[in-house]
Amino acid sequence: MTIQFNNETFRDDYSFKNSDRAIARFPFPFHEDSYMYSVNMEQHRGGPEGSVYEMRFDVDEHYVSEMQDRAIVLDQDPLRCQSLPHMTLAGWDLLELIMVSKSEDYPDLFELHRDGNTWRWINKPMGIDDTFTFMDESTLPYGPMEYITRQAQGDFAVLDQRDDMLWMDAGMVTTQADWSLDFDIGMNFFEWHAPVPKAHEMGIFKRALKFLLNVQQGAPARRLNWTMTVNPLLDTSPENYHKWGVQKTELTPENIGSKQHLRVELQTFFRLPRSNALVFPIRCYLIAFQDIVRTPKWGRRLHRVIRDLPEELATYKGFIDNRPMMLDYLGQFDDGLPTSPGVWPDKDTEPALHK
Amino acid sequence: MSAAPQKAKAGAEKIKVIVDAVVPLNDLVTRFEFKRRDGGAFPTFSGGAHTVVEMQDGDITRLNPYSLMSDPSDTSKYCISVRRDDEGRGGSLFMHRNVKVGDEMTLTYPVNLFSLDLRAKKHVFLAGGIGITPFKAMIAQLERLNGNWELHYACRSEALATYAADLTEHYPNNVHIYYDDQKQAIDLDGLLAGQPLGTHIYICGPAGMINWVHNTAEAAGWPSDNVHSEEFLAPQPGKPFQVRLCKSDKVIEVGEHESLLEAIERAGVEAPFLCRGGACGQCETDVVEFDGEFIHRDHWLEPEDHESGKKIMPCVSRFIGKSLVLDR
Repeated sequence: MTIQFNNETFRDDYSFKNSDRAIARFPFPFHEDSYMYSVNMEQHRGGPEGSVYEMRFDVDEHYVSEMQDRAIVLDQDPLRCQSLPHMTLAGWDLLELIMVSKSEDYPDLFELHRDGNTWRWINKPMGIDDTFTFMDESTLPYGPMEYITRQAQGDFAVLDQRDDMLWMDAGMVTTQADWSLDFDIGMNFFEWHAPVPKAHEMGIFKRALKFLLNVQQGAPARRLNWTMTVNPLLDTSPENYHKWGVQKTELTPENIGSKQHLRVELQTFFRLPRSNALVFPIRCYLIAFQDIVRTPKWGRRLHRVIRDLPEELATYKGFIDNRPMMLDYLGQFDDGLPTSPGVWPDKDTEPALHK
Repeated sequence: MSAAPQKAKAGAEKIKVIVDAVVPLNDLVTRFEFKRRDGGAFPTFSGGAHTVVEMQDGDITRLNPYSLMSDPSDTSKYCISVRRDDEGRGGSLFMHRNVKVGDEMTLTYPVNLFSLDLRAKKHVFLAGGIGITPFKAMIAQLERLNGNWELHYACRSEALATYAADLTEHYPNNVHIYYDDQKQAIDLDGLLAGQPLGTHIYICGPAGMINWVHNTAEAAGWPSDNVHSEEFLAPQPGKPFQVRLCKSDKVIEVGEHESLLEAIERAGVEAPFLCRGGACGQCETDVVEFDGEFIHRDHWLEPEDHESGKKIMPCVSRFIGKSLVLDR
């Protein structure tokens, strides 16, 4: 497989765009015409060919540009990447996991050559060819977690596991849906989820924690989460809210189709072998409303989900003010016909829009 | 959410192995070394992890957890050390009597319910008897990380002091051995009093020893999060009893020498599990109705769960009475 990497930006002129292939493989998150929280975990053992679920760490056309955007964020705010002292071993675990997975899953793009503890890592899309000593930090330009996550799409929360609890003790977080690693560092699972409405009362987090504590080596898991973002911004952080929050007011009926994006997170969970820590990669996929509605099933369904979403959730996800405008736009693509179950586009069987 | 939601399998992922060496260490303990049948490398693991060994003993499939005790960074083999339990249900006897070099067996991926707290400034290990095994792997791991550790190891006698000579030879300054038959005992009060801030204690041994260390440390003002222990419970034999599994619509008999979990599996009903020793929580099962008395033996459920009559851990707990219906 050869990937043509886009040259694009996630800031300023927002030249980000999805190719037809990227739109077709977008991880649409709604399996029915309504949405409510659930733990919705499944095993992360591949998926349909070409889908974002196929590989352990999906690499797509946005890879190189996303890594450039991450470098800009880190340059302006180094605290987006932090690792408490006891998490270095987990950083090596993560480096190994990503290097092994990418070199096996994308042999034309990445190579890993191991001779004892002397490792050579080749990342062709980014033009990197480094030789280093595994477990010797002094042989890398950054700590192991920072080194490898500057070369891997998505945010990474590295969670220590102790006393039947998970702790946010390390991470690389530059493409986040309005949460801050610097604020959450050292917090436990319940503490960092405290702002989420409703889910605590529903017992979601207790069940999710139980599940995550038992994610075992060799048996990774995954789930999807979603929110809304105006403009294709990767860095919607609290630190930069003063820059992007105001952009939510710039939405108009004319520009909503291209400016309003559905933001989907593919969250995966891997037990790390040496440290017994849990890594939680959070991979962000963006798609403009005008690209979603090209798939009739997705257009119909997104309208119904947004229309019927409880007010607290629309508020928490930050689009309550723009919801009426979203519904005006999406309503044009909902003719009331039934949709098929599941997330897949069903292009051959789903009827065209009758409007 | 996606295309083909896969059902979670019971137990951890499995690895097919061949027995590469059987090394008797003393009258009671034998080490078993495994290689992968496909010739590949084992997954690295963290000190304190265990594997569940699948034994085909005639018609019976035995699944026993054992601590991995080889160097975690040596991916060429996995080793366990098994103490023969002449009174037990037969798993260790099967290992000692039947398992030979060249036999094909199945292990699970490593599962760690007893991991190091990597924040610790110092790690103090307290081992009793065969409880030495997880510490062998933890020590190998800490040596690689330049960790600060010491071991206090109580054994019945020099003849039964598994790995004591070996450990003393390699780490003369870190290892302290205590022989019961020479009336030597760990001076726990003195040991606890002398530790620097940020020390974590790990205990693996008989229940009495674990409780003794927890209670003594608590009385000395140690935070409970700094004291870690692991005790694998072996399911205890008991009177046979009958159970109705309402989801699968089956009535099963639990024999005297099998656990409730084993009886469920024998009936062809898939049930989740990991440790099979009452510690991990995976096999937790809802009780639909009962008329009788539970014999709860797990470390997982809270005392109020035990009293509620609504939950049971079928890997180690049993039941006496007229009827029991489980949601399985």
